Amino acid sequence: MTRRHLPLLIALFSLTALIVGACGGSNENSKLVVYSGREQELVEPLYAQFTKDTGIELDVRWGESPELAATIREEGDASPADVFYAQDAGSIGIIDPQLATLPQADLELVPARYRDTAGRWVGVTGRVRVLTYNTDRVQGDALPASVLDLASPDWKLGDVGVAPTNASFVGFVSALRETIGDEQTQAFLDGLAQHAKTFQKNGQIVDAVATGEIDTGLVNHYYLYEKLGSDPNAPLGNHYFDPTDPGSLVNVSAVGILSTSKHKQDAETFVNWLLTEGQVFFANDAAEREYPLNSAQPGLERSAELPPLAEHLGPDVDLAKLADDLENTIAMIRKAGLVN
Amino acid sequence: MLLLAALPALLIAIAPIVYLVARATAGGGLQSLEVSTIGPATIRTFVLAILVAVGAVGIGVPLAVLTIRTDLPLRRVALVLGALPLVIPSYVGALALLGALGPRGLLAQALEPLGVFRLPTIDGLLGSTIVLVLFTYPYVLLLTAAALRRVDPALEQAARGMGRGSLDTFVRVTLPQIRSAVIAGALLAALYAMSDFGVVSLLRCTTLTREAFLRYDALYDPAGAAAVGLVLAALALLMVGAEQWTVRGSTIAARRRVRARDATTPLELGRTARLGASAFVIMIISLALILPLAILIWWALTLIGDASLLTQLVDALPAAANAIGVSTAAAIVCLVLALPVAALVTRSSGRLPRWIESVSYVGYALPGIVVGLGLVFFAIRTAPFLYQTVALVVLAYVVRLLPQAISGARSGWERVDPRFEQAARGMGRSASGTLFRVTLPLAAPGVLTGAALVVLTAIKELPATLLLRPNGFETPATIIWQKTNVAEYSSAAIPALLLIAISAIPVYFLLIRPEARPHP
Repeated sequence: MTRRHLPLLIALFSLTALIVGACGGSNENSKLVVYSGREQELVEPLYAQFTKDTGIELDVRWGESPELAATIREEGDASPADVFYAQDAGSIGIIDPQLATLPQADLELVPARYRDTAGRWVGVTGRVRVLTYNTDRVQGDALPASVLDLASPDWKLGDVGVAPTNASFVGFVSALRETIGDEQTQAFLDGLAQHAKTFQKNGQIVDAVATGEIDTGLVNHYYLYEKLGSDPNAPLGNHYFDPTDPGSLVNVSAVGILSTSKHKQDAETFVNWLLTEGQVFFANDAAEREYPLNSAQPGLERSAELPPLAEHLGPDVDLAKLADDLENTIAMIRKAGLVN
Repeated sequence: MLLLAALPALLIAIAPIVYLVARATAGGGLQSLEVSTIGPATIRTFVLAILVAVGAVGIGVPLAVLTIRTDLPLRRVALVLGALPLVIPSYVGALALLGALGPRGLLAQALEPLGVFRLPTIDGLLGSTIVLVLFTYPYVLLLTAAALRRVDPALEQAARGMGRGSLDTFVRVTLPQIRSAVIAGALLAALYAMSDFGVVSLLRCTTLTREAFLRYDALYDPAGAAAVGLVLAALALLMVGAEQWTVRGSTIAARRRVRARDATTPLELGRTARLGASAFVIMIISLALILPLAILIWWALTLIGDASLLTQLVDALPAAANAIGVSTAAAIVCLVLALPVAALVTRSSGRLPRWIESVSYVGYALPGIVVGLGLVFFAIRTAPFLYQTVALVVLAYVVRLLPQAISGARSGWERVDPRFEQAARGMGRSASGTLFRVTLPLAAPGVLTGAALVVLTAIKELPATLLLRPNGFETPATIIWQKTNVAEYSSAAIPALLLIAISAIPVYFLLIRPEARPHP
């Protein structure tokens, strides 16, 4: 071994380490690959039930819906995903060019307003925007009929918790722009920002309301039940705005099949199962109490404390549009000073 | 020829910059940057990095001096405990501190009967600074403590012999000799603050890292995230340049290969000074170590009697094994890449190796999400067989943490007197024999320190791990993420404590014990 060989040896060693490391994994897959933007804590039992019912094994990638959507976009045609099950319509809408059209029979299980007009994704469960409040500190009947009143200078109930860059809030603002126009939306955001306390996530808002750090928070209806599941005595209540108020937006968790999927048949079985058998899980078993969207499915028990979805149709918004023009929606939220 | 061996390191160091430039210009990312949003975020990031660096020096240097050079009671214990906050991931630390001192934390609940209702919120730039300082000052402490041990006592004795007082001697003689170590620690703290996401998002301080996340996760725009990353990279290069410029004058003192074996007489603290110093040390250790640990243990204890406690522990164990595996693999790859660079930097006058070292800091200052997105982009287009494999996770850690390995290995090499190598060659040892029998054993402490830092930082990494991991691959950090997402802090406490326990092993043996051992 001469001095000349030594560096070569080290270089070779470096490269070998890289190559050995490189071959250390394998990503070939015969299972159905589900990118799940829904929380593991919530839907893992649902997926286990699916495998038990159908014999189809799932390979699940857990993540936040927007992050998985961004990943699918970046992966393009090479995406390993067969199915994307997203937390909100906006996150699945953003990748609709990469989705295949779903079978008409499946689409028709769900009312038209809760699915993509072009049939590329379909809502599985519904979630309503509400104002969660601390029942020790606030009288429920003192709360306003319209979300727009939260922005009023006369608002007396302290800071309102919002998660300004969370998909659920961004989707709500997009819907506001659709219903009341940009100018009024900006005025609403500016007013809200005067007494808003910002959080990253809805769960943190509900936590802060439960401890009394803030009195009210703008979230989806099911976070209350999630919190009560772990802390049954938390002083929490949901205030529903007027059914037609833009504050009563019904967003959906939604599923779609990638057009590049190599397991189309299994993927369709999965989608169909979510819209039929899976609905029972959401109605009867899940602590979160989301609204099953296929109300014709037999065996659904409706929770008594939950107002029927029919009364909460919310504003008439095309959910497929929630993913459009996000840049301006975010710019408006920023302009109000909500992102600090 | 050694240059050839440094090539892989060069590739890793410039890869992030090539990606950022390519992605930001081709994907329209640069156009999406508005001065009105990026300007304030850049300033905020810069200020945060500077404040964290200053704060870390303000705590780390006094702690090092007190524990190494004075007669402070229990000073070795204080050094060990003072360095241990390094094992607490800053996002876990932030959560725990909020749980203790936040507006509705345990302290507020305890004070409630006394009529104090709402404590001030810890947030924004100030809150983020405080939390980040508490979990980054150990970098400064460890590097400064190591440098203090290498200071030539003869110089100090000479100064005192000439009638200088203790304080005067310290400022004029000792300080210049440890300056480069202090600044290197400050740089690590500053770059850490720049790349941190967990703390600034929890405490609402919109830095560039948070801007990059926002583009990815609310705008579905990886090109925009890359453009923000480019601004961060420029800021990082500015900081590294500033560090090198500041250290320039002191390199001669730092390169002196002295072995401070003669015990320096410890500085005697007077009664009052000893009291003040003890109070300072206790306060820092309480805030940065004891309080967060106590809160985590408190959260974990609420699960006692709960049937899920055991299953959670059982779930967390394989995750811990995963984390140890990938972070060790990353450390090994980092070492292989770093050694030739370290050898070149210390044994040749070429500019390229130094340049590689500086540029590699860019990866360290980038948020995990930007590095992760870059590797998704790279793997999907050029190496699909790598996508969603453990190898890509390891590669992400290597890109981010290579500078830690390089600076560790370099400080190891600097302590090896080239005359030993010449002597070995003169006695007929081959080049490789000299390397393996003489240089490496002598350089080992520094080299292993670098490797330990890589393991320690990689083991708690979250954003890149989430993005690149194979399906079903969990680490304690990913479990903590999943639990805190649904605000289940008790369940997050188990993997957090496990993570802290496994990180404490390399930290104690490779980082703390060598500095805390008594003088021979």
